[in-house]
Amino acid sequence: MTKLAMPKIDRKLLARKEKIFIELKRIIKPENVLDHEDQIRPFETDALSAYKQRPFVVVFPENTKEVSEILQYCNGEKIKVIPRGAGTGLSGGALPLEDGVLLCLGKFNKIIDVDFKNKCVVAQPGVTNLSITEAVQDNGYYYAPDPSSQIACSIGGNVAENSGGVHSLKYGTTTNNILGVQVVFMDGTISRLGGKTYDSEGYDLIGLITGSEGLLCVITEVTVKILKKPQTVKAALIGFPSIKDGGNCVSEIIASGIIPSGMEMMDKTLIHATDNFVKAGYPRDAESMLIVELDGTGNEVDELIDKVSKIAKKNKSSSIKISKSEKQRLKFWAGRKAAFPACGALAPDYYCMDGSIPRNKLAEVLLEINRLSKKYGLSVANAFHAGDGNLHPLIMYDSNDKKQLEKTEKLGAEILKYCVKVGGVLTGEHGVGIEKRELMCEMFNNNDIEQQIKIKKALDSSSLLNPGKVYPILRKCAEEGRVHVHRGKTKFPDIPRF
Amino acid sequence: MSTEEKQNFQIYQDSNSFEYPKDEAEVSIFLKKMHKSSFPIELIGSGSKKKIGKPIQCSKTLSLKKLNGIVEYLPEELYIKVKSCTPIKKIEEELKKNKQYLPFEPIDFGYLLNGKTDFGTVAGQVACNISGSRRFKVGGIRDHVLGFRGVNGKGDIIKSGGNVVKNVTGYDLSKLICGSFGTLVALTEITLKVLPEPQESTTLVIHNQNIESACFLLDRAVSSSNDISGATYFPTKAEGSNYAMDIEKTFQLNDLKHDGSITAIRIEGLKKSTEQRLKNLANELKVSNLNISILSMHQSEIFWNKIKNLECFHFSKNSIIRIVIPPSECVQLIYEFSNKFTYFLDWGGAAIWMEAYQISEESFESIRKKVVKHGGYVTMIKNSDYLPYVEDVFTINRDRFTISQNIKKSFDPKRILNPGKMYTGI
Repeated sequence: MTKLAMPKIDRKLLARKEKIFIELKRIIKPENVLDHEDQIRPFETDALSAYKQRPFVVVFPENTKEVSEILQYCNGEKIKVIPRGAGTGLSGGALPLEDGVLLCLGKFNKIIDVDFKNKCVVAQPGVTNLSITEAVQDNGYYYAPDPSSQIACSIGGNVAENSGGVHSLKYGTTTNNILGVQVVFMDGTISRLGGKTYDSEGYDLIGLITGSEGLLCVITEVTVKILKKPQTVKAALIGFPSIKDGGNCVSEIIASGIIPSGMEMMDKTLIHATDNFVKAGYPRDAESMLIVELDGTGNEVDELIDKVSKIAKKNKSSSIKISKSEKQRLKFWAGRKAAFPACGALAPDYYCMDGSIPRNKLAEVLLEINRLSKKYGLSVANAFHAGDGNLHPLIMYDSNDKKQLEKTEKLGAEILKYCVKVGGVLTGEHGVGIEKRELMCEMFNNNDIEQQIKIKKALDSSSLLNPGKVYPILRKCAEEGRVHVHRGKTKFPDIPRF
Repeated sequence: MSTEEKQNFQIYQDSNSFEYPKDEAEVSIFLKKMHKSSFPIELIGSGSKKKIGKPIQCSKTLSLKKLNGIVEYLPEELYIKVKSCTPIKKIEEELKKNKQYLPFEPIDFGYLLNGKTDFGTVAGQVACNISGSRRFKVGGIRDHVLGFRGVNGKGDIIKSGGNVVKNVTGYDLSKLICGSFGTLVALTEITLKVLPEPQESTTLVIHNQNIESACFLLDRAVSSSNDISGATYFPTKAEGSNYAMDIEKTFQLNDLKHDGSITAIRIEGLKKSTEQRLKNLANELKVSNLNISILSMHQSEIFWNKIKNLECFHFSKNSIIRIVIPPSECVQLIYEFSNKFTYFLDWGGAAIWMEAYQISEESFESIRKKVVKHGGYVTMIKNSDYLPYVEDVFTINRDRFTISQNIKKSFDPKRILNPGKMYTGI
């Protein structure tokens, strides 16, 4: 495992911890302050479970006022604060610090307002992504961004990470689907930004906060836009004799003017692994496979499916299957959604990467990953949100073999750097956190990073909120960044992931 | 004269000194110099929207109009990267060749503000972040900026974002620069997300509805699964107002009947699909007993262009105000206004464009109070001879002001970029 420098420990603070606990228990209910080792242990990591650190204390405020008072107190005492939602983040954004207060939003779990007239839902940050859709689906609505951890991940965490999902090509990511937030800044100031209007005037603070990974403020309320469900949804399962043909088909579908609601790609390794896992009926002879989902009116979907099929055939597709029922469509997805757990059967451990690339580089990057895979003697399974160029290569290895781990780290870094080289970015949806922190210099120069750090200072002058995340400490550009999973045991193994 | 000196002088005169850098490096050199000497500068592109925002006095004007040209356009990647002051017209022409378009519908403010058509530049559109009628369906300008390069108030070249739609690497500064009216960075390069243009556009017009029945219909339409992309209402005469709008003059189209107010809903997409959705919508809205017009492709496009370009106000000598509110509040808010205005609704009632007659600063502030009470905000888009200046063009509260001031400082510590353009002190 890579050694990461975190902010210096404030020993003096640790020395007076009993006093701090008493003060925190004065601000919020004493039972909501966890300071015993046994209580704290479950919080030592998020879904990037390779990195563990027990926090100094865990607090569970119950309302915005309490959050504000905790932050105001910590700001005055110069105590670091790490906000945490459901802890399902894959980049270590909620990794505690030894001298930091872990601020959990778990008690903020209520949907405050379902407003069909303004097509929005106001929710507390601890509400799970899926329960928003569940609250409105009887009226034919849904919340569009659907990260695959949606049964467990919280909406506050989604805002902090700007979570995506399989439908972001057509419906956008979190940032395109929220209307307002209530936040608390490090000095305790409570602010309401946006509301139920489509646009906000002035500096787009909601846009800035979305995806800021808990470095700028703590989110205490979120207003999300809800959409009416499309009339018809169908999916096509298309097999290809080579990776290149599959990649070309993706580019050609987009170039033809079709915007599928979802377009996912898998390579042969993953086709077999997932098909073994859920028996989804995938084309096992294919080298790559696409799931193309289209929505709209009945005749529109049929017309588009027809066009997609023609493009697929032109690109030498070996098989095409169209979903005939909702059940079958979900079956198509079941394999894709089980991609991570299915990998657990292939090797004792795997690393999950997350980069975004221009779509037309898909085939090139896949071939490069294949080349690198051979060079390092490690197999890589590939899952892609092909529609938006977001790829998740999964590197198989055995952590008991120290040399393999080292090789895996090098391979991972080479893949991410290649993504940046072809015009892509380091992370499409998992966030930088601590995982890709040291790689930021691959994409940004000193000026860029300095501007971002200045914004951080403008809103948190003492850098107490989630320090050590996203931006390199000492600007040292190392080479590593990945998710470590031992024997298929992620922190929440029951949650499907992309 | 420096910002500081200006603050201490009662009277000052500025020279009409323009700077036309050829490239990003020259912008950086110039701004480094200005930063060092604390000289405030006014940033402009083509100047088409210069009148939006507060008038400012600066020692120099930095015109970015030489930063013009398409850097990279990859239709199958759905993005176009351009130099910041590339004219919108040029981009749209280029996109058209590949049957693509800018979904946020750039507004032509030229006629309204300067008497002749002018869409201005990309940087201008981004700086103002005022989107057209499709906003509620596809998002606004801020949802279409994938990345940018620019120069901050210290003269440092910075960048953020990239060319891909999915990107969470670092803070999303591309959002922050949208609607910042040139107060944070001098933009030098912008990457925009583009989409395939719809094959067909159809508009269902329902005549002679009052605001309540119109808003009911618009809400039904927006709430349906017919994926509508425009929802507007033009009354002939505003409720309780003494003034009427000449709709007939604005909308002269062959297939458009003239029978009182206009409630219009746009459907776009594949031909077959628009036909089916139009049929569904007509059934759902039970229009069989109502007087309707249907505008097909060509006329539908003209119709919506007239709306987003505010053609109904082109000859107005009055104040033009833009209000954005939660759609549920629309009807009530309209009833609360006094009697000297005309208006139309866009975004299914979530945006109100208003022409206010003989409005005083006090009555503008009273409008603002009402709008804020209903959860929205108001912007003075164009001043009139009657009210040539308002202190608060934009709406902001104390909290947001403090945050905005801190953000401004982080980009532009000496406040040399468009100081006071948005708010006094920023």
